[in-house]
Amino acid sequence: MTGATVIVDNLRVVARAGHGGETPIVKDVSFRIEPGEVLALIGESGSGKTTIALSLLGYARHGCRIAGGTIRIGETDVLSLTEAERRQLRGRRVAYIAQSAAASFNPSRTVMDQVVETARIHSLMPREEAERKAVALFRELALPSPDTIGQRYPHQVSGGQLQRLMAAMALMSDPDLVILDEPTTALDVTTQIEVLHAFRRVVREHKTTAVYVTHDLAVVAQMADRILVLRDGAQREIGATPQIIGAPQDEYTRSLIAAATPRARPADTAPKGETPLLEIRQLVAGYGAIGKNGRPAAPVLDDVSLRLSRGQAVGVIGESGSGKTTLARVVAGLVAPAAGQVLFDGRPLPALVAQRTREELRRIQIVFQMADTALNPAHTVGDILARPLQLYRGLKSDAQQRRILQLLDLVQLPASCATRLPAGLSGGQKQRVNLARALAAEPDLILCDEVTSALDTVVGAAILDLLAQLRRELGVSYMFISHDLNTVRAVCDDIVVLYAGQKVEALGRDAFARAARHPYFHMLATSVPELRPGWLDEVGAAQRAELPLVATPAPSQRAGLCSFLDRCPLRVAGVCDTQTPPRRELEGGVEVFCHRSGTDLVALQKTPRAEEPAPV
Amino acid sequence: MSAPAVLVPPAPVVRRRKFLADWSRSGKLGLAVLAILVFVALFAPWLQSHDLGEMSAAGVFQPMSAEHWLGTDYLGRDMLTRIIAGAPYTLGVAFAATVLACGFGAMLGLLASVSGGWLDAVLSRTLDTVVSIPSKLLALVIIAGFGSSTALLVATAAIVYTPGCYRIIRSLGVNINAMDYVVVARARGEKRSYIMRREILPNIWGPLLADMGLRFVYALRLLASLSFLGLGVQPPMADWGSLVRENLGALPTGGVSVVAPALAIAVLTIAVNLVIDNLPNARFDGERQ
Repeated sequence: MTGATVIVDNLRVVARAGHGGETPIVKDVSFRIEPGEVLALIGESGSGKTTIALSLLGYARHGCRIAGGTIRIGETDVLSLTEAERRQLRGRRVAYIAQSAAASFNPSRTVMDQVVETARIHSLMPREEAERKAVALFRELALPSPDTIGQRYPHQVSGGQLQRLMAAMALMSDPDLVILDEPTTALDVTTQIEVLHAFRRVVREHKTTAVYVTHDLAVVAQMADRILVLRDGAQREIGATPQIIGAPQDEYTRSLIAAATPRARPADTAPKGETPLLEIRQLVAGYGAIGKNGRPAAPVLDDVSLRLSRGQAVGVIGESGSGKTTLARVVAGLVAPAAGQVLFDGRPLPALVAQRTREELRRIQIVFQMADTALNPAHTVGDILARPLQLYRGLKSDAQQRRILQLLDLVQLPASCATRLPAGLSGGQKQRVNLARALAAEPDLILCDEVTSALDTVVGAAILDLLAQLRRELGVSYMFISHDLNTVRAVCDDIVVLYAGQKVEALGRDAFARAARHPYFHMLATSVPELRPGWLDEVGAAQRAELPLVATPAPSQRAGLCSFLDRCPLRVAGVCDTQTPPRRELEGGVEVFCHRSGTDLVALQKTPRAEEPAPV
Repeated sequence: MSAPAVLVPPAPVVRRRKFLADWSRSGKLGLAVLAILVFVALFAPWLQSHDLGEMSAAGVFQPMSAEHWLGTDYLGRDMLTRIIAGAPYTLGVAFAATVLACGFGAMLGLLASVSGGWLDAVLSRTLDTVVSIPSKLLALVIIAGFGSSTALLVATAAIVYTPGCYRIIRSLGVNINAMDYVVVARARGEKRSYIMRREILPNIWGPLLADMGLRFVYALRLLASLSFLGLGVQPPMADWGSLVRENLGALPTGGVSVVAPALAIAVLTIAVNLVIDNLPNARFDGERQ
């Protein structure tokens, strides 16, 4: 398939504003996509990138209207089509791959039913032919058991597989143009890389003309031929990928790239005191009743230990389901541990909030990922900050007001914010208020749970700067929880890697580049997209390695076994599937939970990356 | 980033607006009618044109006239005076019952949503049991057992309508209880009562007010039907339900004296519904939708 030339000229989209007015959200954007080319639309939230992508379908979201300009796909003038003609266009000539595949599939019908639906709606081909074509696409997209996966229901396949199935759905009609709207943003990085590989291969082989919408420059560097940078609905810069990444012309593009480039923010604070501020010993926690063996019905954390010195920052990294948030909740007293100990300043910390003293509560504060839901929409910023001041410090009236202003200043917010409601603040400002609320208690330890994950890159980078600055100035310690390795490396002195509730590795920031890595940590570290074109091809050059055969123990017999067993390229039959791995100190102060020797693990980093095997 | 990226959004969001500016046209109509009815109920003794017990020389079931604007009742008394005199009972009893029902319902609902566990289970199942008894039957049994008095009527209606309000507040509360700001409050060491009052309640005022309006209408109808059955407000006092019953004899002749109190009930019901349907959006975004 070669696709058609797409020409967008002076596109204007407006949104209905209050009082009958209209606000432009896409301002005179023009670009051209040659057949077989992938153009990336990149920008932060509110930049209009999805709005532009949807207008290529002749569609505007509720409350929005395409107010001007032309869109031509091949010979077709999209905006002059009637609604019925646009329906003919959608799915057939222009296909759309959304961010959340899980929300885009109907859970009550099989995958195959839905993949061939496009062919049925547009009467493109008989069902048998459509199914044959679908299976061929499944194979190209490297889906496991391509012949039978179509019979499954959406909940029976993983998130990364579902995303690829949606791509198959989009490609059924050999569309002239495919729109990929943040297709890997919701995935874990080790899953993302599989999906990127699959998309990349299919796009190349089919010479698909595509629009790739994302906020992630590193991903774009791998996928796009050209990049269009957007801000507030206006076009800032358009150019070939190597030029935009390597030699950006526009000021805003430069700031985007600066924010996306990993950068360490050392606080240069030496550990103070002999006693660690926080020490977690052999923690087991989870949900449900605690059984005879001392393990909860649904264990989330299994034998996790860590130490955090005063003034230091420890990063806890893990993907979804690794138990990182549960760890923060245990320390905060929101989840009771089933076994193990949490020591704070050398003294055991009572399990739950209700058993802790006010002073113990004051010294540990928690900051959540979603600034939106962490601030009560009914309280002004002043009220939000006043409560901990009153509760912990007994500050009232004038003293309280003065302190509120100091706190706002500390997080670099204007004093006028005090009288605002959270809805009047931007995402980054809300996160600053969140931090200020934690700081109001003058804590020794702040638990940061994915504090930058919901923010745009530039805003998130500013928050990381602020965190580093606060650590220098106030000597506060952080337990920094994130799924993003770059973020953790940027702020933390020590890194703890969790996989499915087990601590698989602990290492210092300095040891990162040369230390032995647990096979999971290696996979994670090599899956984070790098900001240079060609990275994906390099890591993808490795052949799909066959995993050594091991027994597959029943879930009931898994206690104590390595949780990474199913995906590990270094697993050893008769060892990894039967025995608990040792927790070993290797050189450089690295602690690894693996049967393999340090030499084996270092050797792994020399070999090309082995891809995740297809589960059977 | 080197420069602190602090963007200042426009205009503070908290601002005082004129009360009526937020109301739509039909909301204003409802408010106006309701205000008149409340005024009548509050100042009933001073608004009556005739003596309450005075029987007109014109006779019974008279049509509308300059002397008797709404005609006369089955004893020849001025109907408008009777309706005005009945307003405090009609509105007052229903209002008291609503406040009690929603007060209890909201309190228990908040308690259940914040506590969860066995307390939630016990409260929910207990109130489900109350719902399973037909409301009129329950009222009949209570009144048959203890006799009819204003206090008992209020209590009965309150019992009948507490579970409905409880259900709504509990389900709203459970959702808000899962929000991070409530988790933060818990981690801060806040007591249950603080979380109920300060973290959850301000976010459910809108639905709570709307529910109160709805319960008021239900209570009004329950009390009117009890009075119609002769079990509600007892003579010599009369609410609008009793007035309909007393003047049933006028029905065959199309007398205004039976229609007027029924109409009064309808007007009150519609006014309250207009008000709650058009409650200004109680979201905290500072902008009208």
